Amino acid sequence: MKPSTGHTPPKWANRLLEWYCRPELLEDLQGDLHEYFDRNLASKGPKRARINFVMDVLKFMRPYTIRKLEILNNLTTIVMFKNYFKTSLRSIARNKLFSAINIIGLAVSMSVCLLAISFLVEIDSYDRFHEDADQIYRVKNSYQFLQEDPSYFASTSILAGKLIQEQVPGIKASVIMHRGFSGDAKMGDYIVPVSGIHTTEDFFEVFSFELLRGNPETALSEPHSIVLTDETAEKLFKGQDPMGQTFQVGNEETPYQVTGVMKKPPHHSHLRFQSLVSFATYEEKRKENPEETYWISWSNMWANYVYMKLEDGTSQEDIEARLVPINDKQNEKSDRVTINTSLQPMLAIVAGENLSNQIGMSMGPEGTWIIVILTSIVILSAGFNYTNLSIARSLRRAKEVGVRKVVGATRGQVFTQFIIEATIISLIALVFAYLLFFLIKPEFLNLDPDIQQMLLLENSPKVFLFFILFAVLVGFLAGFFPATFLSKLRAVSVLKDASNTKLFSKVNMRKVLIVTQFTLSLIFIISASIELKQYKYALAFDLGYDTENVLNIWLQGNDIDQMANAFASVPEVSQISRSAMITSVGNRYSETIKYEDPTDSTDLTYNFIDEHYLPLMGNRFLAGSNFESRQLQEREESIIVNEQVLKRFNIGTPQEALGKYVQVGRDSQGPRKLRIIGVVEDFQYATIQESIESFGFRYAPDRLEMLNLKIATTDVMATMEKLETAWNGLDQVHPFEATFYDEEIQRTYAEHSILFTIVGFLAFLTISIAALGLLGMGVYTAETRLKEISIRKVLGASEGSLVTLLARGFMWLLIISAAIAVPAAYFLFDSVILADAVNKANIGFIELFAGVIIIFAIGFLTIGTQTWKAAKSNPAQTLRSE
Amino acid sequence: MKGTHLGEFQELVLLSIGVLYPEAYGVGIKEEIYAKTGRKVTLSTVHAALNRLEKKGLIKSELGEATKIRGGKRKRYLTITAYGIKMLSESRAQREQFWNAIPKVVFDVN
Repeated sequence: MKPSTGHTPPKWANRLLEWYCRPELLEDLQGDLHEYFDRNLASKGPKRARINFVMDVLKFMRPYTIRKLEILNNLTTIVMFKNYFKTSLRSIARNKLFSAINIIGLAVSMSVCLLAISFLVEIDSYDRFHEDADQIYRVKNSYQFLQEDPSYFASTSILAGKLIQEQVPGIKASVIMHRGFSGDAKMGDYIVPVSGIHTTEDFFEVFSFELLRGNPETALSEPHSIVLTDETAEKLFKGQDPMGQTFQVGNEETPYQVTGVMKKPPHHSHLRFQSLVSFATYEEKRKENPEETYWISWSNMWANYVYMKLEDGTSQEDIEARLVPINDKQNEKSDRVTINTSLQPMLAIVAGENLSNQIGMSMGPEGTWIIVILTSIVILSAGFNYTNLSIARSLRRAKEVGVRKVVGATRGQVFTQFIIEATIISLIALVFAYLLFFLIKPEFLNLDPDIQQMLLLENSPKVFLFFILFAVLVGFLAGFFPATFLSKLRAVSVLKDASNTKLFSKVNMRKVLIVTQFTLSLIFIISASIELKQYKYALAFDLGYDTENVLNIWLQGNDIDQMANAFASVPEVSQISRSAMITSVGNRYSETIKYEDPTDSTDLTYNFIDEHYLPLMGNRFLAGSNFESRQLQEREESIIVNEQVLKRFNIGTPQEALGKYVQVGRDSQGPRKLRIIGVVEDFQYATIQESIESFGFRYAPDRLEMLNLKIATTDVMATMEKLETAWNGLDQVHPFEATFYDEEIQRTYAEHSILFTIVGFLAFLTISIAALGLLGMGVYTAETRLKEISIRKVLGASEGSLVTLLARGFMWLLIISAAIAVPAAYFLFDSVILADAVNKANIGFIELFAGVIIIFAIGFLTIGTQTWKAAKSNPAQTLRSE
Repeated sequence: MKGTHLGEFQELVLLSIGVLYPEAYGVGIKEEIYAKTGRKVTLSTVHAALNRLEKKGLIKSELGEATKIRGGKRKRYLTITAYGIKMLSESRAQREQFWNAIPKVVFDVN
């Protein structure tokens, strides 16, 4: 050999050879290959030699060289597994504190993870019941006004659906839907509210919803055909045969005929509905007025949906390529708006991108991410505990490893042993976690009504299998580091001198793990307190008007005057006003507003109200006066605006603005000119994250859909009952629905409170887990340094100084964690989460440092008690026994 | 007598082992065959043949001393067993018989 060359054969090929080759043949083969490699190196150069080497290794794979599955070997493995199992159980039983800390920590964090797993499995199962679900796509739209940022919609235009049906090949079936079928089904005196979706006749070809009765091909072809779900059919016909029955809906003259009965959409369908109405019904209604063609235009993309099932071999890209020319051709017709269609896989609807105008269930991708990230942090914390304590205690196990190795254990075997031990702990933890999971599941589902609608979190064998796999994975990961570390130990050095320095070389890593753990816990706790503060701030925010004791009641189609009179007879109702919607909870109506310059326009958010509204809500007038009571007028003529409108158009002072005209949208007679009759102080009509822009109150008695009742009572329950009786006197069909304004506002900011609950709970968990870990470390330190402490004591150290000595190291770690966590959490909220909010509570000292102080207290308590115990012990006792 | 039949390549390998005595081993045999016949055979072929021969009991092997060459691996030295010698000579005798049976005229033609 020529040592000067320094080239060696490729390592992986060598490994491969070692792996497959029978041990008795290996040495010779390897030797020959090496020698041949060296010869080639000299004659053909390194590159050629390496290739030859690899080729030869591959060529050597012959029946006689390949290792047989050695039964004998397997037997010992099985025997050894039994042994590992036994020793693991013994070691778990022997170190009760250590095992308890790990099992409790893992169980608690795993229960949260189990929740996350069943959540993810359930989200993933959405819409999979359809045949070829992965071939079903929905058309989504992007809408761009001039050069503004485009916004994205789940809805599209009817025109797009028709053009796709006509022009795009490769589609097995497609369906156009229009939402918004709803009304009261009337069968004589019997009235039931029904709702549903208009859909074209191929509905049952695209989707695999089960049609129980009726012909799937023709059920939805004729106008005024309706397919009911079995549940709705039962509600409507109570045991009678629904097929062929007819009923009227609302005030429509033509009755609807039942042409089919289908099974209620399963829970895991994003589309949920009570009935399907033929699209022809909708078209017929639209065509009554032939001049009005907006409904079929490219830009009417707000309430229509197109789903399609692609043929085998057609891909999303194929269809999208065909959509491009359609988009371009249609967009040529408009100079301001660009609307582009593209596809979204149906399986990506529920947890996919955020689109506006969703039909049915969807939650966006953030929820999934938040849950995955938060739960991984919690389980990470528990895993760190295991790793940390195992390494800390490895000094004790080192002898065991030494003996095993002397007796003949290979490194792999020792590794397996420790992995198995970790896995057993993790599986025991799984049992407890499973029980905890049943405790926290209802809590999670009850956090928000939306979550309940979305999720069932049922147990299926699939979920259960994932649980077990997860536990094994956790065990493996948590045990991986200690196992690698322990299996690396060399028998000679361990047995000769147990306090080998190498064992302590991992101290730094342990510190890093502890710091990480506490940093994460601190971030959690700080986040929770900031969220809580934001929530309280939002609720206490001065909106600029008074929402206290205001009860909002949706009329649900009832006559407003009758209802108002009925409620007025309840003595606790002090004032009644009417409006089209309620502000400050995230809803808005808007139209463009112009002043004198016809090219200068902006969005005006507005609400329709009556003359009682402003006094009831206590909005403050800067100039002018309220609307005057009037009956239904021919044309709207006046408006009350906020200060922003004056600023936006430079109208001057509130006094000057009175009597000026603004143009708000258009009506059938041209631009709608409204006279400013009053100016109110700016108030927070949107959610508090948004800034205040132009707002106007408008007077249109025919547009009012809700009543606002000012209630003066001490007994809310009794008053509500009276109101309900009043409601039922007029309407027995629709249940009475009323919410206090403050509740409505609370619901608007529920996300803060939900986040606070979740993050707070997780903070509690991670802190408990980290504290447990710290306790373990404290016990361990006190134990191993007991002799040192005793000697120090004999030499005259005070108990206080001993506690300081032992606790100082840990307290330093906590200080470092705080130094990382506080700025990180501050940055996270200040620059990321709350960056866009206009009104937000300031992140103060208390939110940032309350958590730190709590953690310090917990840390000091756990470490302190242990070291105190050690410091108090009698040195004579500990030093005597050697 | 299929089991004891000596294939052509196996015979070649066996002969090389004889030639290289007492230091016959994988790479050496390969080189020897190349030197004598010009045939390029791969190491794996040689090893497969050696494996066969050893199974048939025609050769026996023994690990040598470790050297620095060959990545510190020991060589497996091969020697022909008595049975191997017998097979070789039988095979040779068979050929001799055939040779002797060829009439002289055949050689004269060319």
